[in-house]
Amino acid sequence: MAEAEAKRVASDERAAFDWLGALRDAGFLGLLTLGLSFPIIAFRTRQDLWQGLVLDPRWELVTVLVAIAFTARFCWLVFGNRLAGGVQSLAERVGSTLSPLKSYTATFRLVGLAWLIAYPFLAVLFAGPGGALKWIDNFGIQILIYVMLGWGLNIVVGLAGLLDLGYVAFYAVGAYSTALLSTYFGFSFWLCLPLAGIFAALWGILLGFPVLRLRGDYLAIVTLAFGEIIRLVLINWVELTNGAAGISGIPRPTFFGLPFNASDEGFAAFFGLQFTPLHRLFFLFYLILLLALLTNWVTIRLRRLPIGRAWEALREDEIACRSLGIDTVTTKLTAFSIGAMFGGIAGAFFAARLGFISPKSFEFMESAVILSIVVLGGMGSQIGVAIAAVVMIGGTEMLRELVWLKAIFGAGFDPTQYRMLLFGMAMVAMMVWRPRGLISKREPSIVLHEKRAIGGELVKEGQG
Amino acid sequence: MAAPAIDPNAGLDAEPILRVEHLTMRFGGLVAVNDLSFDVARGQITALIGPNGAGKTTVFNCITGFYKPSSGRIVLMSDGALPGPAIDALTDTSMRSRRVGDGGIYLLERMPDSEIAAQARVARTFQNIRLFTGMTVLENLIVAQHNWLNRASGYSLLGLVGAKSFRDAEARAVEIAVAWLDRIGLKGRADDPAGALPYGDQRRLEIVRAMCTGPVLLCLDEPAAGLNPRESAELNELLLSIRDSNGTSLLLIEHDMSVVMEISDHIIVLEYGKKISDGTPEYIKNDPKVIAAYLGVEDEEVDDAAAELDQ
Ligand SMILES: Nc1ncnc2c1ncn2[C@@H]1O[C@H](COP(=O)(O)OP(=O)(O)OP(=O)(O)O)[C@@H](O)[C@H]1O
Ligand SMILES: [Mg+2]
Repeated sequence: MAEAEAKRVASDERAAFDWLGALRDAGFLGLLTLGLSFPIIAFRTRQDLWQGLVLDPRWELVTVLVAIAFTARFCWLVFGNRLAGGVQSLAERVGSTLSPLKSYTATFRLVGLAWLIAYPFLAVLFAGPGGALKWIDNFGIQILIYVMLGWGLNIVVGLAGLLDLGYVAFYAVGAYSTALLSTYFGFSFWLCLPLAGIFAALWGILLGFPVLRLRGDYLAIVTLAFGEIIRLVLINWVELTNGAAGISGIPRPTFFGLPFNASDEGFAAFFGLQFTPLHRLFFLFYLILLLALLTNWVTIRLRRLPIGRAWEALREDEIACRSLGIDTVTTKLTAFSIGAMFGGIAGAFFAARLGFISPKSFEFMESAVILSIVVLGGMGSQIGVAIAAVVMIGGTEMLRELVWLKAIFGAGFDPTQYRMLLFGMAMVAMMVWRPRGLISKREPSIVLHEKRAIGGELVKEGQG
Repeated sequence: MAAPAIDPNAGLDAEPILRVEHLTMRFGGLVAVNDLSFDVARGQITALIGPNGAGKTTVFNCITGFYKPSSGRIVLMSDGALPGPAIDALTDTSMRSRRVGDGGIYLLERMPDSEIAAQARVARTFQNIRLFTGMTVLENLIVAQHNWLNRASGYSLLGLVGAKSFRDAEARAVEIAVAWLDRIGLKGRADDPAGALPYGDQRRLEIVRAMCTGPVLLCLDEPAAGLNPRESAELNELLLSIRDSNGTSLLLIEHDMSVVMEISDHIIVLEYGKKISDGTPEYIKNDPKVIAAYLGVEDEEVDDAAAELDQ
């Protein structure tokens, strides 16, 4: 009886949709938009010929925005439930189609690896030697650098659960140690690469000691500050780092001593090939691929060692760790410094790839991008982080390809300026539909009978 | 006044493994533990009981280093070390521990929590279970063996290259873990996340995880809380077998009198941070002060309550 009653009430409610309420709600949002846009959008400021400030009203734009807000809200109230349900089930379907892939991980990994190795050749094949430059450099190498950085930070944030907002500092340490060692002392790239990793790891330990006593928000703020301090030192220590102008003329990496140039001692001449700038790019691509895979291999290995389990246990419950006799300070420091080491190696590669570095490349925004790759990927998941890097970095590079949109929005339209907007929207979408990242399942590090992934809802994210 | 004619220490002649002396813990103006002294006997089960807020968990936190006591001394004597002048001599130095004969003495109030667990080998569980919920049951027990495994992995260097010595050590650690899982009947769930276990199993898993650290003293904070009668009977069995076959001394906080009276060799009663009674279960059961504390009667009425009990 009571059940039937409840059903009847529910169906009544569905029938009697509150149109007036929806209108009122949407109207309120419209007014709110008007209020908000008045100070920031309604006037464009410019200087006239006499250096005076001129306000150009842009009421049409405001009207359009208000109309958009009103309609969007109204449609959301009317159709939103169904839409949200649809997206939810879509997200679940994507998730469930992805999850059986796990059982083919071995094949999946092989196919992925084969594809990565073939990528530069495919690029040349499909885009021609000229077009391939962009695909290998801007997409391939650029994305792989972020994959490596994401994997490095994943050790700190994803495994050990330490929120590090200053990761780019270690990237900078690696890049600057390579730049300085090679320009001042003439060290070769191959020597600089491990040294950069070691320096960054040492900096990790140095910064880690005072910082890792803090937890959660405090840790995040202090790491952020350290990241900024390093950048400010780089800008202001002009005698050493040449300040904001940066360091140029960093020797390019060589192929076991063979430079990539058109000279007779060059790589092309040695192998009797026609010189093309593609050789260097191929080399850089495979180098960063190798470095990224090394990061991945070490991480996967470490996860199955006592230290890796201690990191994850630390993320789960620090107090329980202490009650089991685990030295939490050392454990955190190892995570921090190994993460820093990979950041440093990536930095060395970055410096040698461009031959020029400046503090501009190591701003907080970089840390934020790397962190969002880790968070979007699903903290702790290697493949998730890689996918997130492809989506985020590839996506922003893709924006450059959207110049045809100028035909629609006018010549002043620059799609790359919407990068941060898209970033933000991706973040919000994730928080709503996949709050634990693309791949939230955790693989156990040791198995007795049968391997089963652990649902994300049980896995803790750590509080610093 | 009818004094109970029971010897408070009947059958309690074991030497102590832990000696707490004049322990005081203040939180601002609140004195949570007030000049508390007691012994935990080697190879026995000692229970710490008392009404809510009596300061039991605070005592545990002081013993295991999670709180630094305001004053007092907490000495752990492992592997046959005995109370004696060596302890006073150690107290006069600024050191934390010293080897005595085959054993060692540890001044726990000077040591941080993880060192107490790693060196003095005091393990504990928590009033609110603290398992690694996102890790499997087996992983929980392997993490508990972290210190020796990490050494066996050459601080990760041997492990990274997959050295055989490390693989053997890990296999040994799994063996130890599985043996413990067998004892609590959870071997079949070794690959399930710890957070997915029923409450009673989580409690026992936490105890077993503490045992995987190889402790000489195991401190359990309300291990029977929230268990049904069958589960708490199983718990009794587990605790007795830990005492008898592993020779680990136990100190437990418990409200469930069926557990306390059945398995403890020795009981200490706390009220408002002070010790009000100390003796065998038989003695405690008949101590009018304990009865008064638990029934919540006024001091003057204690005698009446005792008189009533005598009848
Ligand atoms: N960290 C702390 N800061 C301030 N006061 C505390 C702290 N820890 C415990 N206390 C206080 O000390 C007193 C004793 O608390 P404790 O948790 O030791 O009691 P308990 O005997 O374990 O009680 P229960 O049986 O409820 O677990 C309480 O009044 C509590 O509020
Ligand atoms: Mg308590």
